[in-house]
Amino acid sequence: MPDAPAGTLYRGREGMWSWVAHRVTGFLIFFFLLVHVLDTSLVRVSPEAYNAVIGTYKNPVMGLGEAGLVAAIVFHAFNGIRVMLVDFWSKGPRYQRVMLWVVVGLFVVTMAGFLPRHLMNVFGGH
Amino acid sequence: MAQLATQAPTVSAPRSPRSGRRTTRTNYELYGWVFMRASGVLLLVLIFGHLFMNLIDGDGINAIDFGFVAGKWASPLWQVWDLLMLWLAMIHGTNGVRTIINDYAERTGTRVVLKSALYLSFVVVVVLGTLVIFTFDPCPAGAPADLLPSFCTA
Repeated sequence: MPDAPAGTLYRGREGMWSWVAHRVTGFLIFFFLLVHVLDTSLVRVSPEAYNAVIGTYKNPVMGLGEAGLVAAIVFHAFNGIRVMLVDFWSKGPRYQRVMLWVVVGLFVVTMAGFLPRHLMNVFGGH
Repeated sequence: MAQLATQAPTVSAPRSPRSGRRTTRTNYELYGWVFMRASGVLLLVLIFGHLFMNLIDGDGINAIDFGFVAGKWASPLWQVWDLLMLWLAMIHGTNGVRTIINDYAERTGTRVVLKSALYLSFVVVVVLGTLVIFTFDPCPAGAPADLLPSFCTA
C-alpha cells in the first residue's frame, strides 16, 4: 500500500502559493471595488459630500491602505497574465515557476516606481 | 488486502452510460472561464490607466475632489473608460467570489445565502454606478463655485 498523503492534497511551492495569493488579492480587490463605487456615487449627492468622504482617503493611514491596494492589484494583474500563459502557451506549464519569479520581479519594479511617488503625495505635507 | 483477492468489486461494463447525476449539459462554466481571461487583459489596461491618472499624474490622491471627477467625466473617453471598468470589474469579481463560495461553503443553504447576497450587491453596485456616470451633473445648482470645475462659471 502506498503511504497516505500527509493530510492534504495541496502540493505547496510556487504553484500553490501563487494560486493562494491570486485568490486572496482578488477577494480583497472586489470588496474595495464595492466600497469605491459607493464613495464615488456621492458626486451625485453634492460636491461637499463627495469631498468630505474623498478627504478621508488622503490621511496617512488610508494612504498606506491605498499602497496595499495597489500592491494587490499589481500582483493580481501580473500573475493573471502568468495564468493565461500557463493556459494558452504550449510551454507555459513547463515555465510556470520561472514565470512566477518574473511576476515577482515585475511587481518589485512597478512598486518601486509607484511607492515613492504615492508616499510623497500622502506624507509630503499639502 | 486479502479480502480483495477473494471478493472482486462489481464494476459496470466499459462504455455503459453514466448512472446517477447527469452532467450540466451547458457550457456556462467554459464561457465564464474564457470571460475571466478576456476581461482580465482589458482590466489590466483600464485599471493601470485609472491608477496612473488618479494616483500618479499631477498631485496624485491630493488632487482628487468633485472638480477633478467632473473634469474627467466632461470627456466621453473617461465616461466610457469608467463604465467599461465598472461592468468588467464587477462581472470578473463577482464570478471570482462565486468560485470562492463554491469552493469553501459546503452546505447548500450557506451557498444559497452567500450567493444571493453576492448577486444582490452586483445588481445594486452596477445599476448605481451606471446611473451615476450617465446622470452626473458637473455644475449642480446652488453649489459653491469654488468646489465646481472651472467650466461651470465660464
